[in-house]
Amino acid sequence: MIFSGLAEKLQGTLDKLRGKGKLNEKDVKGALREVKMALLEADVNYKVVKNFIKKIEVRAVGHEVMESLSPAQQVIKIVNDELQKLMGGTTADLTFSENPPSIIMMVGLQGSGKTTSSGKLAKRLKKQGKQPLLVAGDIYRPAAIKQLQVLGDRLDVPVFSMGDATNPVDIAKGSINYAQSNNLDTIILDTAGRLHIDAKMMDELKSIKRKVNPHEILLVVDSMTGQDAVNVAENFDEALGIDGVVLTKMDGDARGGAALSVKAVTGKPIKFAGMGEKLEDLEPFHPDRVASRILGMGDVLSLIEKAEASIDQKKAEELEEKLRKNAFTLQDFLEQMEQLRNMGPMDEILGMIPGMSGAKQLKNMQFDDKQLDHIEAIINSMTPEERRKPEILNGSRRRRISQGSGTSIQEVNRLLKQFKQTKKMMKQMNSSHGKSRGLNIPFLGK
Amino acid sequence: MNFFGRNKEKNKDKEVIEDKNKGLISRLKEGLAKTRHGLVDKVTNIFSNHLVIDDELFEELEEVLIQADVGVHTTMQLIEELEVAVEEEKIKTTDALMELFHAKLAVMLQEEDGGLELAEGLNVLMVVGVNGAGKTTTIAKIAKKFKDKDKKVMLAAGDTFRAGAIDQLEVWGDRLGINVIAQQEGSDSAAVAYDAVQSARSKNADVLIVDTAGRLHTQKNLMDELKKVKRVIEREASDAHVEVLLVLDATTGQNAISQAKLFDKAVAVDGIALTKLDGTAKGGVVIAVKNELGIPIKLIGIGEAAEDLQDFHPKEFVDALFADK
Ligand SMILES: Nc1nc2c(ncn2[C@@H]2O[C@H](COP(=O)(O)OP(=O)(O)OP(=O)(O)O)[C@@H](O)[C@H]2O)c(=O)[nH]1
Ligand SMILES: [Mg+2]
Repeated sequence: MIFSGLAEKLQGTLDKLRGKGKLNEKDVKGALREVKMALLEADVNYKVVKNFIKKIEVRAVGHEVMESLSPAQQVIKIVNDELQKLMGGTTADLTFSENPPSIIMMVGLQGSGKTTSSGKLAKRLKKQGKQPLLVAGDIYRPAAIKQLQVLGDRLDVPVFSMGDATNPVDIAKGSINYAQSNNLDTIILDTAGRLHIDAKMMDELKSIKRKVNPHEILLVVDSMTGQDAVNVAENFDEALGIDGVVLTKMDGDARGGAALSVKAVTGKPIKFAGMGEKLEDLEPFHPDRVASRILGMGDVLSLIEKAEASIDQKKAEELEEKLRKNAFTLQDFLEQMEQLRNMGPMDEILGMIPGMSGAKQLKNMQFDDKQLDHIEAIINSMTPEERRKPEILNGSRRRRISQGSGTSIQEVNRLLKQFKQTKKMMKQMNSSHGKSRGLNIPFLGK
Repeated sequence: MNFFGRNKEKNKDKEVIEDKNKGLISRLKEGLAKTRHGLVDKVTNIFSNHLVIDDELFEELEEVLIQADVGVHTTMQLIEELEVAVEEEKIKTTDALMELFHAKLAVMLQEEDGGLELAEGLNVLMVVGVNGAGKTTTIAKIAKKFKDKDKKVMLAAGDTFRAGAIDQLEVWGDRLGINVIAQQEGSDSAAVAYDAVQSARSKNADVLIVDTAGRLHTQKNLMDELKKVKRVIEREASDAHVEVLLVLDATTGQNAISQAKLFDKAVAVDGIALTKLDGTAKGGVVIAVKNELGIPIKLIGIGEAAEDLQDFHPKEFVDALFADK
């Protein structure tokens, strides 16, 4: 079985021990074994894990945990704390030169995502008011230059190339003159992918570095990388002295333990995370979120932030008021759903919810955006009165709605039933808590 | 327990073959089997450094396996099986345990060599995998391999999505003197496959290799698109031998299991090409993939040039798995 959430596992392990009264050192060590397995399962390097566990063991067998009422949470908290400490506190940004052009050099293994990340970075910098120049320094991979040119066209960012017959050191040098005479203030230098043990190719990077003195050397690392991430990071860092890391392909289901390994061996911050193939999908890296992802605890913070960004605050307050008074209507639901969908595709959002990041649950859900289309169509086919008072929906009204929305009568019925259940649930929630905070996502169940 | 004996026999055969094909094998040796001639074999060391079978031995074994990306689950399974065997079969010596270890590993991995077999008539090979795994390069390598055997090979530029992907395949086509069927960027990849199959039929090709865009296995709509490409190929080439090859990057850790699962679910993977074994990554996760999903490893990539492709040999793979850098 795929590891599904350290939080649950730990809870289980430690719950079993509850009956015995107080925890002893051995119990906690058992729990730490689960932590160790979770980290290894997430591809954190073996040696990094070993050191890490040693460190938290000291804290975890202290009375902090032993005497606490909820040892499982306490262990998780310590692990999470230490993980975040290890990964670095805040997200770092780029350094720029006082005298432009600033030079950002992208390096990494083959297929790690340098070219795409270069394009994303250009887009990001442009948005921040910079004038970027993309430089085609990969003269080896067939059509690598073309790839960058296409990206440049799409972004409306100039691309500097000297073809594939000029050596990359001269290309890098040439790009500075070009940037200067064209008033471009930031050079993003794409380089060919190479193995960290390929001495000749690593020398090429060193020569580029010597020649143009980049202000920022970013190592691009695939988030799916396994144990070898430490070797890669160590070698690139030794050869070039990297300034930071871009972690790519984070939109997949990799737990991203490589992030931890890389940080542990180089001490360099992870600055950006690539979240998809679209050019806007480069995000600042949030160590705290990846910490809980590595532990299989879901990306709760990202979810909340996404929600905050796409949900209209005033509306949210109104909604909360309605929820409290249990005056929530289908119209409100429709609006809420539209806001939810603004956050992105359902699969992605669901993947961020703790406990749902395990591939297994997600597979069963296979959340179909089509299903949501249907729900929208159904509500859109209702009159304002019907949306307010669904209880007036008799058989003939339901038929009309199903025809109007191009859905089946069963679907209409199901929606109404779910709505009724949700309202009931809300009512219970209102009576048990004073106020419901955070996200309300009704209808997400099956 | 005649496995060890059998294995030794096999080795002898292999050495004879190797002497004959020095050139062919030498590349693999460079990339892979550094262990053979003197370099340290971590596993052998572990067993020989311990006089008795104890927890420490198992822990060291665990460390080596995990560091080779074999994964927690498979590593635990292996070690638990060994522990049980020590109990039940009363294994006393570390030598006997090592023998057993290799036997169990061989069962988990695969005993047969890899390679691609061509059937009579048209063969269509659809190549899939996540972004940057090495699909396009592996296609070029396979194409060269068959062309060198005087097969008529054609390529289909089914990656209509990634910037420059079509040009990339066309450059390879030019270099190798192989016909590439392509449409413009952004066109329907299934339509390219359709064209390519028609064309391969009319030209009586032996092998058609279809490139596809890299995609993360979790992207449902893109996986659906891949299914469609396969459906079109199977429909249009119903009398042909159709195979799906999944390209896995040896640098990948445990996520490769999820990749294999979901690609297999979508398009029924017939075999795996494991790329980038020329680096320091061991690619041990394929043991878990084979063990859990039964998908055999067929090819390995050991460099960026067209000739850097080898059939998979389990024995050499395992040797390299435990070799010290
Ligand atoms: N060292 C090494 N590099 C390889 C190997 N196979 C492929 N590569 C390199 O990996 C990079 C990506 O390879 P591609 O063949 O373009 O990968 P792909 O899967 O087609 O990539 P997308 O189409 O972008 O998803 C290129 O720079 C290749 O030269 C290998 O066996 N060893
Ligand atoms: Mg490709």
